[in-house]
Amino acid sequence: MIPPLSDFIIALPEIALLLVACLVLLIEAYTQSRQGAYLAAVFGLLLTGLLVVYTGTPETQGAFNGLYVNDAMGALLKLLACFAAIVAVIYSRQYLADRGMLGGDYLGLLLFAVLGMLVMISAAHFLSLYLGLELLSLSLYAMVAMRRDDVRSSEAAMKYFVLGALASGLLLYGMSLLYGLAGSLELGAVAETVRTGARSEMVLVFALVFVLAGLGFKLGAAPFHMWLPDVYHGAPTAVTLFIGSAPKLAAFAFVMRLLVDGLQPAYGDWQQMLAVMAVASLAIGNLAAIMQTNIKRMLAYSTISHMGFLLLGVMSASLAGYSAAMYYAVTYVLMSLGGFGMVVYLSRAGVEAEELDDYKGLNARHPWLAAVMAMFMLSMAGLPPFVGFYAKLTVLQALVGAGWIWLAVVAVFFSLVGAYYYLRVVKIMYFDAPAAADTIPASHAGDARILLSANGLAVLLLGILPQPLMTLCAYSVQMSLR
Amino acid sequence: MLEGIGYLSLTIWVPIVAGILILVTGGDRNAAGQRALALLGAMLGFLVAVPLWTGFDSASAAMQFEEVGAWVPAFSIWYHLGVDGISMPFVLLNSFTTVLVVLAGWQVIQTRVAQYMAAFLIQSGLINAVFCALDGVLFYVFFEAMLIPLYLIIGMWGGPNRVYAAIKFFLYTLLGSLMMLVAIIYLFFVSGGSFEILEWHRVGLTMTAQMLLFVAFFFAFAVKVPMWPVHTWLPDAHVEAPTGGSVVLAAITLKVGAYGFLRFILPIVPDASHELTWLIVALSLVAVVYIGMVALVQSDMKKLIAYSSIAHMGFVTLGFMLFNPLGIEGGLIQMISHGFVSAALFLCIGVMYDRMHSRQIADYGGVVNTMPRFAALFMLFAMANAGLPGTSGFVGEFMVILGAVKVNFWWAAAAALTLIFGAAYTLWMYKRVIFGKVANEHVADLKDIDGREFLVLAILAVCVLAMGLYPMPVTDVMHASVNQLLEQVAQSKLVY
Repeated sequence: MIPPLSDFIIALPEIALLLVACLVLLIEAYTQSRQGAYLAAVFGLLLTGLLVVYTGTPETQGAFNGLYVNDAMGALLKLLACFAAIVAVIYSRQYLADRGMLGGDYLGLLLFAVLGMLVMISAAHFLSLYLGLELLSLSLYAMVAMRRDDVRSSEAAMKYFVLGALASGLLLYGMSLLYGLAGSLELGAVAETVRTGARSEMVLVFALVFVLAGLGFKLGAAPFHMWLPDVYHGAPTAVTLFIGSAPKLAAFAFVMRLLVDGLQPAYGDWQQMLAVMAVASLAIGNLAAIMQTNIKRMLAYSTISHMGFLLLGVMSASLAGYSAAMYYAVTYVLMSLGGFGMVVYLSRAGVEAEELDDYKGLNARHPWLAAVMAMFMLSMAGLPPFVGFYAKLTVLQALVGAGWIWLAVVAVFFSLVGAYYYLRVVKIMYFDAPAAADTIPASHAGDARILLSANGLAVLLLGILPQPLMTLCAYSVQMSLR
Repeated sequence: MLEGIGYLSLTIWVPIVAGILILVTGGDRNAAGQRALALLGAMLGFLVAVPLWTGFDSASAAMQFEEVGAWVPAFSIWYHLGVDGISMPFVLLNSFTTVLVVLAGWQVIQTRVAQYMAAFLIQSGLINAVFCALDGVLFYVFFEAMLIPLYLIIGMWGGPNRVYAAIKFFLYTLLGSLMMLVAIIYLFFVSGGSFEILEWHRVGLTMTAQMLLFVAFFFAFAVKVPMWPVHTWLPDAHVEAPTGGSVVLAAITLKVGAYGFLRFILPIVPDASHELTWLIVALSLVAVVYIGMVALVQSDMKKLIAYSSIAHMGFVTLGFMLFNPLGIEGGLIQMISHGFVSAALFLCIGVMYDRMHSRQIADYGGVVNTMPRFAALFMLFAMANAGLPGTSGFVGEFMVILGAVKVNFWWAAAAALTLIFGAAYTLWMYKRVIFGKVANEHVADLKDIDGREFLVLAILAVCVLAMGLYPMPVTDVMHASVNQLLEQVAQSKLVY
């Protein structure tokens, strides 16, 4: 049975992106033009974003016999994912060109990864959810391994692949148990079964444990975080930049689809597990980050702690909590793009600006870049007037509103620990004397510089006027949950 | 109420915009212009604050110059500003101090001038906002944001151990304020979804809730004041900070902590405050007596004044916990007076440090022989610090002691020790630094203060004397608000 045409129209962004990805692969094969592939990728993503806006509606629409759903939250996340991918590509253009990595293969993989995210975000079915996840993951494994003669890079890819495959296995096992309970792979049907009372509470809890373990791996939440620092550290910085940005939006959508669309009635069970994972992530992420001397590793550990905060929002199991978590995910992506974007930007041919010492005295030589980086760091630390503060505020508000005051206190305590290492970066840039040799190139890609500045100012402006983004996230989550 | 942009918004945003403009002017090549621009911005900032004083209705206890704007209405966060008799003087004090700080850094700061001046101006706007904010989140945003400029000031232009001091300062104060964040969110839910501070003044709370809120707010403000035993960041920060940083720190940021007691702790959790009066009084008296003795043995002038600040702030918190008009007004007067006196003392030390590059008392002696004009002014400020009648230092201390006698004689007796200790450490330092024979050839080479330095110190001297001789105008402004506060605190808010 061929689905009706209207279903294909709803899925236009994905279809367009698939075509663009194929096109990007072909462009380089036939014309040898790397610039052409780059431009095609950027404009393809832009086109996808526009199509998302075109097809997006506040109402929830299903398509393809319940495999696919288009709702407000999905549309917003997809749009932001495309946007984040564009920014990541522009930031890394120079870096990739310097290292001979800019081309159809890299960009093609990146587009397929974005496609996987879009599918994940729009999944209403275990099958499409898993398909999207694997498309994303496989593309990322390959991207991490792009520099195959680099030992660290290969090691990171290996680790990522093995642990990722394990996580997928856990996830599939959990899903199969849920299928056994519900007799259907559709998230709606699963939710219905759980609501009316599962035939076996034990099987349900078992399934939840496996699903959450798989989720934890993909998110990078403790205690399933082991791969994250090594992968972030080992991967080429441009890839780290990409992994640290848009996929986090997809991971958030993944959590929402599975836990909220599919397993909301069993929230009493997953809430506790999420609480444990969240606190462990906050603790491990923040404490381990203090010891790092490599900024990529430091930001990797900080990612773990941010994922902990995101989970805290979800575990509140309230509308306020979900919208807080979404707001957190969006703002985190904005800050992460900036943080890793700066590392990419400051690296030049043969020099990776990835040690913290490389940033010594940045203010003396490049005051504006230092100011922008300081904004990202202070925002990640959750200090007002930057956007990161409001992300933390909404999560804490949801927590307190749901009666989890002690968790809010724990979260706040670890934020203090976190502030230390973010401040250390500011200290290195502003208080330390510059190193003898300037590791930072004098002239560099102008487009990336402008975009980085805009990114930094966005972090500040969204902090001074937080209303639009906050309400947008709250509105889209509210519309999607009906 | 004014239509459009009110004076309060101006006092906040004029310095901030001026600071950003200075940052845009680029590197040190334009230093002269940047200084002028900074002075202009600071003066403008002070000028727009003056109408707050002249247009203030001191008969009313209500919030004045109120401004309400939609900020994040979807989350019930409002841009709500207003001042009463308690907060208005501090907006003026802060705007005034900013002018002095800009003047004080005129010649001393030769590198990264734009960033230095901008940091102070932005900081000034942020602190004004802290005093004006009537929305909990708005308050919190500025309360934390004001840490960032001072962190940079200490870390970039400070002494040899500046990095340690800057980070210690930041983390210490952040610890306190994060606790407060949870308290603010809790109050939001208890008050039925409002971040209005004035609304929180009315909401009933159980004793357990009051105790926990008290602890959270107390952490935040006690660190800022700072009260013993969470004061240890202050001497470090003061010693390492550049002169301007020390002045702002002592004159203004410490006051934010004490202000928090009056705006948050006393009216929001009155029952817990009554219950825990003994604790705060005990900590305050420890600060007055023990820290006074600690100050006595310091060999570093800046450290000595830093400890003396802690002792004086102990007086302020003691006054607040007496729950009578004399105590609270005395505390407020003491805060303003300390704003002038400590600023002046740090400036005096700065004057000597700029010439000798030493803060050690032992390196000085006989300065009066080479710097007579300076010695005279320094004398006045030292006397004010010791609480000599006729100077502003005396008024506040005397009022607090009078208030304390009404409550408990022994508290008053212990507090009165400060008159002895204060005189001892200040005057002993003064004697060793200024009097005696010229100690070494460096002192012999000293040049007396120039016109700019004289101007700054003379303005402060006038303020100190005016407040000391005729404090009426200042207390008049406060009366109504303080009385209303006391009424609020006297009523129990307990719910069961």
